[in-house]
Amino acid sequence: MRRDKPRTLADHLPLAFPAVMLVVFFVVPFGTMIAVSFFRRQQGGFYTVDFVLANYERFLTAFFGNVLGFSLLLAAAVAVCCVVLAFPFTYFLTCRARRVQVAWLIALLSVLSLSEVIIGFAWSTLLSRTAGISNLLVAVGLLDQPVALVPNFAAVMVGMVYQALPYTILVLYPALVRLDNSFVEAACTLGASPLRGFFTIVIPMLRNTIVATLIMVFVFALGAYLLPQILGRPQHWTLSVLITDQAIYQSNMPFAAAMAVFLVLISLALVGLTLLVGGRREATP
Amino acid sequence: MNKKSLQTGVSRRTVMAAGLAGAGVLAMPSVLRAQDRSLKVGVYGGYFQSSFDEHIFPEFTKATGIAVESVAEPTGEAWLVQLEQAARAGQAPADVSMMSQVAMLKGKSTDLWTPLDLARLPNSTNLIPHFVNKYDDGRVAGIGAVAWYITLVTNTDTYPQAPDSWAALWDPANADKLGLLALVSNSFLLEVTAKTFMGGTEALDTEEGILEAFDKLAEVKPNVRLWYRDEAQFEQALKSGEIPMGQYYHDVTGLAAADGHPVRSTFPKEGGILDSGCWALSRASDKTDEALVFIDYMSQPAIQATMSRKVGTAPTVKRELTDLTDEEFAGVSSEIEPIVPRYDLYGERSDWLNQKWTELIVG
Repeated sequence: MRRDKPRTLADHLPLAFPAVMLVVFFVVPFGTMIAVSFFRRQQGGFYTVDFVLANYERFLTAFFGNVLGFSLLLAAAVAVCCVVLAFPFTYFLTCRARRVQVAWLIALLSVLSLSEVIIGFAWSTLLSRTAGISNLLVAVGLLDQPVALVPNFAAVMVGMVYQALPYTILVLYPALVRLDNSFVEAACTLGASPLRGFFTIVIPMLRNTIVATLIMVFVFALGAYLLPQILGRPQHWTLSVLITDQAIYQSNMPFAAAMAVFLVLISLALVGLTLLVGGRREATP
Repeated sequence: MNKKSLQTGVSRRTVMAAGLAGAGVLAMPSVLRAQDRSLKVGVYGGYFQSSFDEHIFPEFTKATGIAVESVAEPTGEAWLVQLEQAARAGQAPADVSMMSQVAMLKGKSTDLWTPLDLARLPNSTNLIPHFVNKYDDGRVAGIGAVAWYITLVTNTDTYPQAPDSWAALWDPANADKLGLLALVSNSFLLEVTAKTFMGGTEALDTEEGILEAFDKLAEVKPNVRLWYRDEAQFEQALKSGEIPMGQYYHDVTGLAAADGHPVRSTFPKEGGILDSGCWALSRASDKTDEALVFIDYMSQPAIQATMSRKVGTAPTVKRELTDLTDEEFAGVSSEIEPIVPRYDLYGERSDWLNQKWTELIVG
């Protein structure tokens, strides 16, 4: 296939459409948010157009630092959990017959159709004292009386990993399904165990895919605000929960915008750092 | 190719012609007159909205000929933010809305509410005076729609004996058993603390008093299992006994009990929290006439009594004007002097209170 350089307006058009969409639906709203984050908050009212740094000042405290730190840690933990679970699963899935693969992928897609609200309430019921799985443990004699397994950090993790796992598998699947199995076969022929083959051949070959997936799940999990509320205690609330509180319940748009801008910048910086470290390692084999 | 585009051209023209004809029909005076007398009314979505749609709005339309389109509003101040943003663009997602007192206060600071002419609201004389909500300069911003109580609620299976004081929230025996509202401006727990332990809500006049109340309130934290924003989340847990105690709305709890759920609502000896909603008209609405007819209609003692019976709210008109029996009145209210929220604080000190509150429950 030969590709000519785009010359006429018609050649540029296919690119212009997504570019316009990106500007209208991403750049403009994000710009508005940055602008609002500098507006002056009117206590008990709304805001006036201005240029003040007070909203950022209010954010720069130990309290919000802790909440931000927790949000980042939570997102990172979810990303690692998801990839650790999804990678072997997807690898073994790609070794199965085509029909089995399709069935699994459809099942995973159907999980994606569940909203965050449904996932949250379903898990809070499953982990509850009155109707949850601890009743089953009592029935088989493993527990004396049913206990509440919610709200706590583990419940938040379970809910968020459950929500992000199908995405993780669907992102990993194309790379793994294209993987040339003859490398692993060659390693096994030379005497490596299948496990060793997996760790020394498959994982290094797909390092870029794994890093990209980690970043995707991290960013996805960073925006979570419903599951930490339903399944966690207040100390497990993410920055997104506090942003929602400010925007919706306190009508403090400037402060909410400042927090959101901060969150975006921090996550962009972390993603950039990850790519930088990954790139450098690649340059020095 | 040519043929295809010709075809779409024709069909588009047909559609346009049909559209024009339709617009013409709509523009005909007879149709317009019927369309003209309508009003979009915002009420809290869910149970509240369906009760109004079933019992209140059809009667209003029958009596006045004004059609009501109810709009589901979210709780909290989310609706206020939407109304304000829309009004800035000259739009009114609802003409009249039921607004909480804190939202009324914030809306007043930006002149969001169209001042109402009391002369055109003859039934407003029926109201208990403090339910006429005014701007600082005396203009009327809103008229009391309904009042409701937030009380101490318990699961009757877990607590055979009803608690009689808000102090039960602090009882170490209730560790990890409470569900409380998650926001300072809708839980009114500072007022509850002040009334229960500090002699009254006047204790919150000073910053020291407020900080003292926060300290006392911090002792409640180990007992709280759920700080809820979403009412359904707590209601379900209360019914099942998962979270057997907390603060909740007296009206909804009563209905759940009537449906056979093992729950009860108790007015503690310090009083229930009395909150209320006002009818307020967005400045972006051009339906002032219809809105005044609506608000006046809702201020009739008979309609207020109907709302008490069907929706479970307490009347905003003087009790003696209604035909509510003692039993019916006790179902929606109490003789115990209520805890009245310090709404003034949520205007002057809202950001400071919010910050302290968030640090209290998250930290």
